[in-house]
Amino acid sequence: MHGLIFRGLQSFVRDTYGADTWSEVMQEADLGFTCFEAMLTYDDEISRKVLDLATVRLGKAQDDLLEDLGTYLVSHQNTQSLRRLLRFGGVDFLDFLHSLDDLPDRARLAVPDLALPWLELREMEDFSFTLRCGAGLPGYGHVMMGVLRAMADDYGALAFLELDESWEDYDAVRIVLLDEAFTEGRSFELAQEAS
Amino acid sequence: MLDHMPDARAFDALCPMHVAVNAEGRIAHLGPTLAKLLDADAEGRPFLELFELVRPRGAESVADLRAEAGAPLHFKLRDAHRTPVKAVAAPHRGGLIINMSFGISVVEAVGTYSLTSRDFAPTDLTIEMLYLVEAKSAAMEQSRDLNARLQGAKIAAEEQAFTDTLTGLKNRRAMDHIMERYLSTDGRFSLMHVDLDYFKSINDTLGHAAGDHVLQEVARILVDETRREDTVARVGGDEFVLIIHEIERPERLDAIAERIIARLEQPITWNGEICRISGSAGTSRTSQYETPKIEEMLHHADLALYASKRKGRGRHTHFTPELLELDLRQPAGDRGAPHPDLREG
Repeated sequence: MHGLIFRGLQSFVRDTYGADTWSEVMQEADLGFTCFEAMLTYDDEISRKVLDLATVRLGKAQDDLLEDLGTYLVSHQNTQSLRRLLRFGGVDFLDFLHSLDDLPDRARLAVPDLALPWLELREMEDFSFTLRCGAGLPGYGHVMMGVLRAMADDYGALAFLELDESWEDYDAVRIVLLDEAFTEGRSFELAQEAS
Repeated sequence: MLDHMPDARAFDALCPMHVAVNAEGRIAHLGPTLAKLLDADAEGRPFLELFELVRPRGAESVADLRAEAGAPLHFKLRDAHRTPVKAVAAPHRGGLIINMSFGISVVEAVGTYSLTSRDFAPTDLTIEMLYLVEAKSAAMEQSRDLNARLQGAKIAAEEQAFTDTLTGLKNRRAMDHIMERYLSTDGRFSLMHVDLDYFKSINDTLGHAAGDHVLQEVARILVDETRREDTVARVGGDEFVLIIHEIERPERLDAIAERIIARLEQPITWNGEICRISGSAGTSRTSQYETPKIEEMLHHADLALYASKRKGRGRHTHFTPELLELDLRQPAGDRGAPHPDLREG
């Protein structure tokens, strides 16, 4: 599994619960290192192990933890580059939802060996959708739910989200778009701020 | 103006960066994105007053541009930013329709003119290109971080590989490296091989912790008694090599060796116990050779050291060719080891 994914979890735990908490989780995991590198690849089993240990350490339900991780990836100040990359997907939330099918390909365009499981948006009726999140990443559906929640806020849309079903080969997230322009949302300039 | 362009709405949607130029060379209509870039009174003004043609050279009028229909055109906006644009022109109703794009200057242009996704046609790959530019620089940032960390780890590993971890002195690899460097630049130096006397009995009676402590004290003495430009290496359990830079006078070397031996003979305390050692030394000098070689110099310093041991330890001997005859009586490959009956313990 790609180091960027581990890196996401690592930054989330560090920025939300502190570096010490993360160190404890990694000590418990006993992997022989304490820090994931974004551009290296790690064994898939490690992700399960670290995730389970983090869940125990933080005393939260794993589903909630994963959703918080998804929200963090979009809304935290340390992950602004990811938020910007996602905003390139669409001019409004609806447009963004329709761009999700392309998300794994977009990710691969940026980092060729980053393999995200497939995503498929199905329109059930007007403003009601199901997003199927392919198997391959533990908790993918929950993370995507957090991402969508934060992105709806970012675009200023009001949306209802829930995990619909978990099947063997995909998780399904139900999305009901209640108001596309509920708030002003955050602005998005095409030009990157000089860092 | 729209009278000139009944199909302007279609053009606005498909090519938001187009400009219609009439037969007089004046701007008849601007696509919405291009209009954002220019002053409000742009429509009606001569096209070439607002756009400077960069390539092809020589074209100076709209009539010239008609001749370039279909060919790549390069303009610069005549504004404060001098933004370059690419364009292609098609003849239209006696005038021209010119469609423009930023090309690779788009990264700056979106900032300069505060453009948004809606300023580009959905079929335009500009947004994808901006996405890629950002995604690649974010990925590059991560790689740079990793490279910087690996570089740090590499330096630390190299440092370690050249260092004897017990004493902090250089190790044999480092010594070889330094001597090679000196010899390749015709540097002059003396090689002093120092071997501790009575060290083995400390290890045997007081244990390895005591032995380690003594070795650390010895390292400190050797560093104290040499200069910064000299090298002190630990090349074996209780064997050290000093590379003494640019000193080859035997008397000076004797003085250095005597000072070292005198200090080695001062008792070292460890956990209330007194440890007594001494040292024997032998030296070879680059000036003794026409073409000095590392192996030969080390071997000769060893022979001199061996002679010191024979003469009763705690002393220093310079290598002389006569010592080679002594060497012939020793078993081959036993470089540096004292004669069996001189061995301690």
